[in-house]
Amino acid sequence: MRSTEGPAVWVRLGTLGAAALIAVTACGSNTSTGGSTAAPPPTAGMKPQTSIGTGEGQLNLIAWEGYTDDSWVKPFTAATGCVVNHKYAGTSDEMFTLMDGGGGQYDMVSASGNASIRLIYAGDVKPMNTALIPDFNDFQTYFKAPDYNTIGGIHYGISLQWGPNVLLYNTKKFPIAPTSWSVIYDKQYSGLVTVYGDSMTIADAALYLAKAQPNLGIKDPYELTQKQFDAAVALLKQQKPLINKYWGSATDEISLFQNNDVYLGAAWPYQTIQLKLAGAPVAETIPVEGATGWGDTWMLGTKAPHPNCAYMWTKWVSTPTVQAEQALFFGETPVNTKACAEMEKQSAGSCAQYHADAAGTYFNTIKFWKTPIATCPDGTNNCVPYAQWLTAWTSITG
Amino acid sequence: MAVKTLGRPRAKGGAAGPLQSLLWRWQWLRPALLLVPPLAWFVVVYLTSLVLLLITAFWTIDSFTSQIVQVWNVNNFRTIAVDPTYRLIVVRTVALAALVTVTDATLAFPFAYFMARVASRRTQTFLFAAVLLPLWASYLARVYAWILILNHNGLLNWSLQSIGLPPANIGYSNVAMWIVFSYIWLPFMIIPTYAALERVPESLLEAAADLGARRWRAVRDVVLPLAMPGVVAGSIFTFSLTLGDFITPILIGGAGGKRLRDSLGGSTFLGNVI
Repeated sequence: MRSTEGPAVWVRLGTLGAAALIAVTACGSNTSTGGSTAAPPPTAGMKPQTSIGTGEGQLNLIAWEGYTDDSWVKPFTAATGCVVNHKYAGTSDEMFTLMDGGGGQYDMVSASGNASIRLIYAGDVKPMNTALIPDFNDFQTYFKAPDYNTIGGIHYGISLQWGPNVLLYNTKKFPIAPTSWSVIYDKQYSGLVTVYGDSMTIADAALYLAKAQPNLGIKDPYELTQKQFDAAVALLKQQKPLINKYWGSATDEISLFQNNDVYLGAAWPYQTIQLKLAGAPVAETIPVEGATGWGDTWMLGTKAPHPNCAYMWTKWVSTPTVQAEQALFFGETPVNTKACAEMEKQSAGSCAQYHADAAGTYFNTIKFWKTPIATCPDGTNNCVPYAQWLTAWTSITG
Repeated sequence: MAVKTLGRPRAKGGAAGPLQSLLWRWQWLRPALLLVPPLAWFVVVYLTSLVLLLITAFWTIDSFTSQIVQVWNVNNFRTIAVDPTYRLIVVRTVALAALVTVTDATLAFPFAYFMARVASRRTQTFLFAAVLLPLWASYLARVYAWILILNHNGLLNWSLQSIGLPPANIGYSNVAMWIVFSYIWLPFMIIPTYAALERVPESLLEAAADLGARRWRAVRDVVLPLAMPGVVAGSIFTFSLTLGDFITPILIGGAGGKRLRDSLGGSTFLGNVI
C-alpha cells in the first residue's frame, strides 16, 4: 500500500488543530466519485465452471428475510447434503457490506437491483454458467438477462423472483383502500406512517411526484436531475414528522402494524402475508401512481468456498415447484414461467394475482430498483449519483 | 528424573537455575517480562486499530462500489464540520448521553447509599444480586422487552388505560431511548458508587457528628466528596456506553415525529452514521 505516505499523516495530524479544521472546511477539494461503468467489471474475464462437482456439504447464504424458509431448504439439504446457513440482511447496503471482498465466508447473496450492479463492478461476484441451470430456459425473457445482473452478455447471477413495493394499510382505519400514495404524505396521519429506512425510499417519493407534479418531468425515479431530486428530498423531509419509525427489517414493520403503532406504510407483500396470518386487519394495494419494485438475483461470491453447493442451490430454487413455493410464501412473482401452474395447484388464482403470467409489457409499469448513476439516459452527466442519495437520506432521517 | 528433582528442596544459596541467574544479572528483565504481554496487547490490538481507523478517516469511499479509495483528503472532516445533519446528530448523541448520566447518577446514589450504609448484610447481598442479575440476560432481550412495554398496545399504555388515564404513546421516541438507556446502564453507575460509599470510614461520620454536623450536613460535606470518585467512574461508564451505542437507537428510536416536537427529534446516533 502507500506506506511512504505514512509520515505525512502524522505531520498533518500534528498541525491539525481547530483552526486547521476551519480552514479545511473553507477550501477542501471536492473529489466526487460517482462511480464509473465505462470499464468492464473486474471479474468479467473469469470463466465460470462448466459442470457441478460433488457438494461441499455446506452453503452460506446472505438473503432477504423469508428467502431461506425451511419448507424448501430442508428438502434441498436432504437431496444434496448441503447444509444451508443463512444470514438475513435488512437493506441492500447491508448485503453489499457483507459481500465486501468477494464474500469470503459467504457463497451467495440474493441481491436486489440496487446492490447487484455495485456488487458486479466491485468485483465481489463472478459470472455464472446458465447452462448448468436447466430451468433457465423457461424464465420470462425479461429476467433471463435483465440489466441489473447481465452486463455485456455476461450473466453475473441467476434471476430469482421479483415483486412490487406496495402500500400496506389497516383495514379498520381504512375500510376503502387508499388509491394514491398521497396518504403517506398527508398531515392527517401524523405519527401513523412507516416507510422503509433505506435511500431507495427517495425513488418512491419521486414516483409519486412524477404524477403529482408533472411539471417536474420525472420519467424514471432512479434517474433524477438535481431539481427533481431536490423536490423528492424536500417531500420526504416534509413527511418526516408523520413517520412513527423508519422500518429496517420486515419484522420491524410487522410489529409496528400488529401493535397499532402505525396504520399506513410502504411494504413488501411479505409483511402483508405475515400480518394476515397473525390475524391483523391489514390489506395491501398498488396505488394509481404505480409502484417501485425489486428484481432479485442469486449471485455467486468471487471467493465462494462452496461453489458446487451454490450451483445446486440455484438449480433448486429455479425449479417450478420451489419458485411457486417461495412466491406464495413471500408474496412475490416467480421468473420461471412454468411456476404458474404450480402456483395454481397450491393456491388457485395466485398466478394471475401475482402477475406471474404477465406479458412482457407489464414489466415497464414496475420501476425496478437500480443503482442511480450520474449518467442520464440521454447520455449527459446531469443525474444524481448514488453517493448523493445516501447523504440525502442521512439528512432526511438524521 | 524430573519427578525426583521436583520433590527435593532446593539448597539455599546453591546453584540457581539459568533463568534465575539471568534475571539476577539483568535486573530490568523481570519488570520487562511482566510488562511485555500487556503492553504488546495494548499496542497491537488497541492502539494500532485506533491508528488504522484514524488513517482511514483521511481516505474516501467510492460511493458506487463502496471500496476504500486511498487518496489523502480531509473531506470527511469537512463534512462533519459543515453538514448541519451531522452537527445535529453529534448534539443529540452527546445531549442524550449527558441526560442518561445525570439520571443514572440521581437514581444510583440513594440506592448505593442504602446498600452500603443502611441495609443489613442479607438485604445487601439481595440488592447486589438484584442489580447484577439483569446483566446476565442479553442486552438485546432487555431492549426488546422495553419495546413490548412501550409500544402502542404495550404494557405501559394498557396499565394507564386500565386506571382511566390517557395512553402515553412514548414508544419509538427519544423519551423511550432515554428510559431504556437509563435502565440498561444503571448497574454500571450503582456498582462504582457503592464501592466508593462503602469505603467511607464510619469514624469520619462520628467525627462530623461530634463536631455538630447534622445528618444531611455530614452527607453533603463528608460522604458526597468521598463518594465522588465512584460517581465519576460510573459517569464515565454510562456516558461513554450511551455515546457509542447504535443498537438501541435502531430498535427503540423513532423518526422523531409528533411524539417529540423538539429540534433533536429523530433517533440517529453517532454510532449509526460512523
